[in-house]
Amino acid sequence: MIGAGKIKQYSNILEKPLNKGKQEVSLSAFAFLFSELVQYNQTQVDNIAELERRLEDAGYAVGARVLELLCHRDKGNRRETRLLGILSFVHSTVWKVLFGKVADSLEKGTEHEDEYMISEKDLLVNKFISVPKDMGTFNCGAFVAGIVRGVLDGAGFPAVVTAHFVPMEGLQRPRTTILIKFAEEVLQREARLG
Amino acid sequence: MTAAAPRSGEAIFSSFERVNAELFTLTYGAIVRQLLTDLEEVEEVNKQLDQMGYNIGIRLIDEFLAKSKASRCVDFKETSEMIAKIGFKMFLGVSASVVNWDADGSCCSIILEDNPLVDFVELPDTCQGLYYCNVLSGVIRGALEMVAMKTEVTWIRDVLRGDDAYELQVKLLKQIPEEYPYKNDE
Repeated sequence: MIGAGKIKQYSNILEKPLNKGKQEVSLSAFAFLFSELVQYNQTQVDNIAELERRLEDAGYAVGARVLELLCHRDKGNRRETRLLGILSFVHSTVWKVLFGKVADSLEKGTEHEDEYMISEKDLLVNKFISVPKDMGTFNCGAFVAGIVRGVLDGAGFPAVVTAHFVPMEGLQRPRTTILIKFAEEVLQREARLG
Repeated sequence: MTAAAPRSGEAIFSSFERVNAELFTLTYGAIVRQLLTDLEEVEEVNKQLDQMGYNIGIRLIDEFLAKSKASRCVDFKETSEMIAKIGFKMFLGVSASVVNWDADGSCCSIILEDNPLVDFVELPDTCQGLYYCNVLSGVIRGALEMVAMKTEVTWIRDVLRGDDAYELQVKLLKQIPEEYPYKNDE
């Protein structure tokens, strides 16, 4: 085409076709960007809980958009209405698209009915992060917890999602577990649906 | 004989570990959104994005030099070619081209064909002064400063503002001579 190099202009962004989602950037570009996100938030807060909350809020926005994008592109606009359905959607599809692999494991909590755990040996966002001792239990996985919360909320499954380090024997670095605690109404609805 | 020729951007990019561009795009969008909520002034956000880019750039240059095994550039023209052909390809997976050299070779434009930062993005009316990709100008400025070149990087054209391409102008202000921290005779 003559005049190559010009991007085709769409008057409305909604008319632009969705790409296949196969484009990639280097891991270091993402790691640099994420470290800037954490560093910027560190300057804005006074304590760890606030920092985790801000990372989670950032992740929430990502999650809401990921849900819309994936529902439209990969699932053909079909909604998940069952608990196990949405959990396996997060565990497989969302993880595969965002991190290139399915999550390591999905477990149901033994103590409480409403708790589920998604575990990952080496979470992408935590790969290049080391937490100093004085920051205690701070986990940058809060960003991923926010993504999961955004996806679940958008799909109609309100939940409280947090990220925790779980030390494992035999592994140098602790495993990261995303703990999902569903709201009361979700369980009631699930029971009603049978 | 020169050392091994620098590897092409494409080759390095395929040897890197990669992540989905959409995660990258959405994360960047979350950052810009947080900045807009915190700072509220579009000019402040532009400055903060540039600063963040600068912080990234000063670390990115180390990785760039290590992975691309590039030899010292002879002049600024070669530097810009390296940034456009190898740098952008290595990290963002996009190709860029260098055009519009001025008479004394100290100012050029880098045109990006494709920009993974701006997928799905539309600027609302309230943010018309925002340079959404300002982090890229900070990255280039930071990286070049670490190799002894003081530059000024500005956006000439921005698709989000209605132009037809992404064009960055890189202007070399001066070369900073290397300073040794300790005097020889001390």
